Amino acid sequence: MSYFKPINKHPNLEKNKLGLTRRDYEGGVSTLCAGCGHDSISACIIEACFRLNIEAYKVAKLSGIGCSSKAPAYFLNASHGFNSVHGRMPSIATGANCANEDLLYLGVSGDGDSASIGIGQFIHAIRRQVNMVYFVENNGTYGLTKGQFSATNDLESKNKYGEDNLFPPIDLTSMAIQMGASYVARSFSGDRDQLVPLIMGAIQHKGFALLDIISPCVTFNNHDSSTKSYDYIRNHNEAMGKTDFVPLGEEIKTNYDEGSSVEVKLHDGSRLSLEKTDHNFDPTDAGNSLDLIRKKNKEGKIITGLLYVDNKCKPLTEIMDLPDKPLNTLEQDELCPGSEILEVINNDLS
Amino acid sequence: MSDKKYLFKRNNVWWVKLAVPLSLRNELGYDLRRSTGEKDLDKAIPVRDKIIEEFKTEFQIKKINADDKGIVLRGTEHMQKTDISDPQYFHKVVDCQYACPAHTNVPEYIRLIAQKKYDDAYMLNWESNVFPGILGRTCDRPCEPACRRGRTHDKPVAICRLKRVTYDYKNDIDPYLPEIPKVKNGKKIGLIGAGPASLTVARDLLPLGYEVTIFEKDNKPGGLMRTNIPSFRLPAEVLDEEVYRIIKMGADLKTNSYIDSLENIIDSFDAVFVGTGAPKGKDLEITGRKEASENIHIGIDWLTSIAFEHTKSIGKKVIVIGGGNTAMDCCRTAIRLGADDVKVTVRSPKSDMKASDWELEEAIDEGIPILDNTSPKEFLLDDKGKLKGMKFEKMEAQYTDGKRKLIPTGEEIIIECDDVLLAIGQDNAFPWIEKNIGIDFNEWDCPIVDKTTMQSSHPKVFFGGDAAWGPENIIWAVAHGHQAAISIDNFCSEIDLFDRPPPLTNLVSQKMGIHEWSYDNDISQEVRLEVPHADLKQALNDLKMEVELGFDEKLALDEAQRCLNCDMQTVFQEKLCIECDACVDICPTDCITFTTNDTEEKVREKLRVPALNLDQDLYVSGKLVTGRVMIKDEDMCVHCGLCAERCPTGAWDIQKNNYIEAHNLNKDKVKTKEVA
Ligand SMILES: Cc1cc2nc3c(=O)[nH]c(=O)nc-3n(C[C@H](O)[C@H](O)[C@H](O)COP(=O)(O)OP(=O)(O)OC[C@H]3O[C@@H](n4cnc5c(N)ncnc54)[C@H](O)[C@@H]3O)c2cc1C
Ligand SMILES: Cc1ncc(C[n+]2csc(CCOP(=O)(O)OP(=O)(O)O)c2C)c(N)n1
Ligand code: SF4
Ligand code: SF4
Ligand code: SF4
Ligand SMILES: [Mg+2]
Repeated sequence: MSYFKPINKHPNLEKNKLGLTRRDYEGGVSTLCAGCGHDSISACIIEACFRLNIEAYKVAKLSGIGCSSKAPAYFLNASHGFNSVHGRMPSIATGANCANEDLLYLGVSGDGDSASIGIGQFIHAIRRQVNMVYFVENNGTYGLTKGQFSATNDLESKNKYGEDNLFPPIDLTSMAIQMGASYVARSFSGDRDQLVPLIMGAIQHKGFALLDIISPCVTFNNHDSSTKSYDYIRNHNEAMGKTDFVPLGEEIKTNYDEGSSVEVKLHDGSRLSLEKTDHNFDPTDAGNSLDLIRKKNKEGKIITGLLYVDNKCKPLTEIMDLPDKPLNTLEQDELCPGSEILEVINNDLS
Repeated sequence: MSDKKYLFKRNNVWWVKLAVPLSLRNELGYDLRRSTGEKDLDKAIPVRDKIIEEFKTEFQIKKINADDKGIVLRGTEHMQKTDISDPQYFHKVVDCQYACPAHTNVPEYIRLIAQKKYDDAYMLNWESNVFPGILGRTCDRPCEPACRRGRTHDKPVAICRLKRVTYDYKNDIDPYLPEIPKVKNGKKIGLIGAGPASLTVARDLLPLGYEVTIFEKDNKPGGLMRTNIPSFRLPAEVLDEEVYRIIKMGADLKTNSYIDSLENIIDSFDAVFVGTGAPKGKDLEITGRKEASENIHIGIDWLTSIAFEHTKSIGKKVIVIGGGNTAMDCCRTAIRLGADDVKVTVRSPKSDMKASDWELEEAIDEGIPILDNTSPKEFLLDDKGKLKGMKFEKMEAQYTDGKRKLIPTGEEIIIECDDVLLAIGQDNAFPWIEKNIGIDFNEWDCPIVDKTTMQSSHPKVFFGGDAAWGPENIIWAVAHGHQAAISIDNFCSEIDLFDRPPPLTNLVSQKMGIHEWSYDNDISQEVRLEVPHADLKQALNDLKMEVELGFDEKLALDEAQRCLNCDMQTVFQEKLCIECDACVDICPTDCITFTTNDTEEKVREKLRVPALNLDQDLYVSGKLVTGRVMIKDEDMCVHCGLCAERCPTGAWDIQKNNYIEAHNLNKDKVKTKEVA
C-alpha cells in the first residue's frame, strides 16, 4: 500500500500565468492525522499562491513547533523554509524581513505556539508591523503533545477526556487589532470559499496580516463538548458575507446590489470586495471591529471574515528606513562608507 | 463501418450525445444525452438524425424565446443521488469490462497474473469468454480503446496480450472444469455450425444436462477461427486445445455434415441454434471478371483452401483488394506462400480503413504497400486470355458535414499481377433454410432476430454470431452464444425469455487495517510494453510460424502493473462525512468536489476540473450537513484509494466490485445469490 500521491494529474487541469498547475505548488505528503484542519489550510495556501501566480522561490515559510508548525512541509516544496524553536518564529520573521524585503513571508503557527509560549514574540511582531502573513491554525489544543488545553480554548469547552477547562480564552483577533495589526481576519479551515480570498488579500497586503483560522484537531478536539469541532463551528459560524479577491486590472465578477458591498483597496492596487451584511460594518474602523467581535463572542457566535484592515499603514522596513535591496545583494561601495566619512566619524569620537 | 458519430452505447442501447455550440452554452445550457431506445446500430442512426433535427428546432425556439425575454434558460432539475445498488453503475466505471461484449473481469485477471496465479486467471477468462488462448491472440479487443489508462496516461494496458499470458503460463486446468451431469435433463439441442458461437452455446448448456449435437460441414470444428484466421496468428495447437475442450465436455460433434434443410432436422430437437456464420465472400463484378476467373479468388474461400492444404502456391505478383482484416490476412498469407510482390489496394483513404490498427501495422511491417484511394476498374487480360493486371482509378475523399464522399479523379493506373484476392466483405446466406417454416427474413435476406433473446420468429430457432447480423468477430459470437444459451434454457424450462438472470455483483471492502488495503495501489508510470516478435525473415518463409511470441514472464508482470484496478470502487457514505476536504486535497486527479447541487450541466461546469467527458458518469451523494453534496467525476479516477486512506471517518471506502455478467455457468450461483 502506497500513501504517496501519484504524479498523475488531470490532463485538463487549469494553468496560471506562469504555466503552472495547482499541483506544482504542492509539498511533501502530509504526516498530519487524516482530516486535520491544518491540511485544508495548506490546500488553501496552495490555491491562493496558484491564483496569484506566485513564484515559489520568492516565498519563505517560517514556523515554530506544533502540528500546525509542521504544515509548511506540506505546501510550496520549492520555497525557502525555517522551522524555529517553539514560539520563536516571529523573531526569525522579523530578522528575515529586515534582511530581505523581497520575499513573501508566510508564518505558520498554532494557538499553543502563538498564544502561550510565543505570545510575547507575537505581540512585538505585530507592534513592529513586520510585513508578513501570520497564520494561526487555531484548534484550541496542543495537538502535537497529545491534547492539553491551549490558551485559546473556550472556558466551557472540555477536553477529550471530559476534564474542565479552568481559564478563559485569549482572543487573538482583538488582541492583534489592539496591538496595531493592519490586516486581521478570522476564518474556518472548512470554508474554502471564504478562506482563499482572505489569504490572497493578506498576501497582497503590506504590513502585518493575521489570519486566525479555526482548524479542528480531529484527534484531540473534535468531540461533542468541544467548541472547536467541525460540527460546533459549522453551527456557530457567523460568516460576514462573501469576500471576493479582485486582482489588479480585473473587474468585479459578482454582482451585488448598489450599496451592498464595501471595497478595500490593497497596496498593489488589487481589491477585496466584501458583501455587506446587516452588521452595517466598516472594516477600516478599529473600534467598530472590536465592538463587533466582543458582541458576537457574547452571543456565542464565531464571527468570521475580514475583521479589520488599515491599508495606509507603514511596514517595518519603511519605519526603519531600511535599504530597498536585500542586504546580501549590497555591494562593497554601498556597505563601506569610504575613508573620508570614516575620518569624520573618527574625529567625532575623539 | 457504420457511422457512430454522436452515438454511444450504454446498457446495450444507443444514445445520442447532444451539445450546443460553445458560444451559446452560457445562454442556453446544453442537453447532455438522449436515448434512441434502439439496440440496433442501423436503426439507431436514423433515430439519431431525427433527434438531432428535433433538437435543432427546439433549440432555435428556445433561443428566440430567450432573446425576446432576455432570460436565461437552463434545465431545472437537480442531479439525483447516484444509485450504486444498480449493478451497472460501478460496472461502467470498469471501462474495459464494460466495453467487452462478454464482460470479462479484466482487472481481476490482471491482478491474478501479477500474483502468478495463471490457472485462476485463465479460468476467470474461460468462464466469460470461453477461448482465452485464441482471443489472447486474435481478439478485436474493444476493451483497449476503452481502457482508462488511455485517458490518464498514454496508451491502454495490453489487455489482450495479457489474456494470452494466462493461456501460455497455465498448467493443467482440467480439474477446474465444470462437472457434466451423467443423468441428462432429457432436452436435445441441435447446433448448426461449429464456430465460436455454437461452441459457446454448447459449453454453457452441457453442464446443465442438455444433450447437444453439433453439425459442421467441414471435417474439423472451429469455424472461421480454423479456416480463415491464419496459423501464423493462431497456431493450430491453441485452437485445437480450446475447441476440443468443449467437444470433450460431451458434445456430439458430427463433422462433414452439411445441413441442407432445416425442416428435416428441426423436429428432432427441442431447440435449434444457428451458428453458421456469414460464409459468402463478396464478389467484384467488373469487366474481365469472368474471363480471368481462374486467377481471381474470393479471399475467405482462398484462406480456407490454404487452411485445408488444398492450395499451396500463388503467383509472384498479387493484388489484394479490400481494406479490412481479411485483406490483411490475405496479403500476409500470399507473401508466405511465395509471392514476392504483394500490394493491397483500398478505395478509401488509409485513415478510414476498416482493418484494426495493429493488423494494418503488422502488414506494413512485413513490407506490404497499401495503396489507398485506389478503386478497381477492370481486370486486364493478355492475348491468351490470362489475367495480366488491373486497371484502377485514383479517388479523392471529400468531407462535408462530417460525411465522406469518394470522388473519382479520372487518374488511372495499371498494376501488373498474376493473381487477385478479393477481400471486400462477407454476406450471410441461408439457402438451406426453407422459407415456409416460420423464420422471417428481412429485405437483405437476414433473419429477424431479437437483440436480447437471440430468438428468431420461429420460437424454437435461435441465431448468433455472424449468422445473426452479419460479420463481427469472435468475442461478439461468444457474447451471443451466452445469451442464446440462457434463452434456450429458459425456453426448455418454460420460463419467459425476457425473465433473464441478473448479473452477479457484490461490493467487498478492501480495508485490511490501518494503512492496509488488499490491493497494490501504487501506480506504475511505465509506457505500454511491446510484445516480442519472431525474426521477420524466418516468419515470412513459414506459413505456420507464429509471428508474435507473447510476453515473457517478466514483461507480463511489468505490463500487469500498468492496470489501474478500475474495479476497486470508491464508495461514499454521506452520513459519515465531516466535510474536512481531506479527500479533495489528496486526490491526484482532482476527481472530488463538494458543492451545491444543480443541474447536471451546471454541476459538470463547476467541478474542480470541469467534467467534459460526457461518456463518464458523475457520482452524486445525498445532502451533507452543510447542504452541499459530494460529486465525483469518475472520468480520471486512478483508483489509488488515497481518498479512503485519508478519510478520518471512513466515509470513503474502497470496495471491490465483482461483476459477472449472467451466463449459464453461474446459473446456480445467481439463484443462490438471489435467495441469500
Ligand atoms: C480472414 C478473417 C480473419 C478474421 N480474423 C479475426 C480475428 O483476428 N479476430 C476476431 O475476433 N475475429 C476475426 N474474424 C471474424 C471471426 O472469425 C468471425 O466473426 C467468427 O468466427 C464468427 O463466428 P461464428 O460462430 O458466428 O461463425 P463461423 O466462425 O463462421 O462458423 C460457422 C461454421 O458453420 C459451418 N457451417 C456453415 N453453414 C453450415 C451448414 N449449413 N451446415 C453445417 N455447418 C455449416 C461453417 O463451416 C463454420 O465452421 C476473421 C474473419 C475472417 C474472414
Ligand atoms: C520550548 C518547548 N516547550 C514545550 C515544547 C512541547 N510542545 C511541542 S508542541 C507544543 C504545543 C503546540 O501546540 P500548537 O501550537 O497549538 O500546535 P498544534 O499541535 O495544536 O497544531 C508544545 C507545548 C517544545 N517543543 N518546546
Ligand atoms: S493531533 Fe490534531 S492537530 Fe495534530 S495532526 Fe492530528 S488532528 Fe491535526
Ligand atoms: S486500467 Fe485496467 S481495469 Fe482500468 S480500464 Fe484499463 S485494463 Fe481495465
Ligand atoms: S481513488 Fe480516490 S483519491 Fe484516488 S483518484 Fe480515485 S477519487 Fe481520487
Ligand atoms: Mg493547537
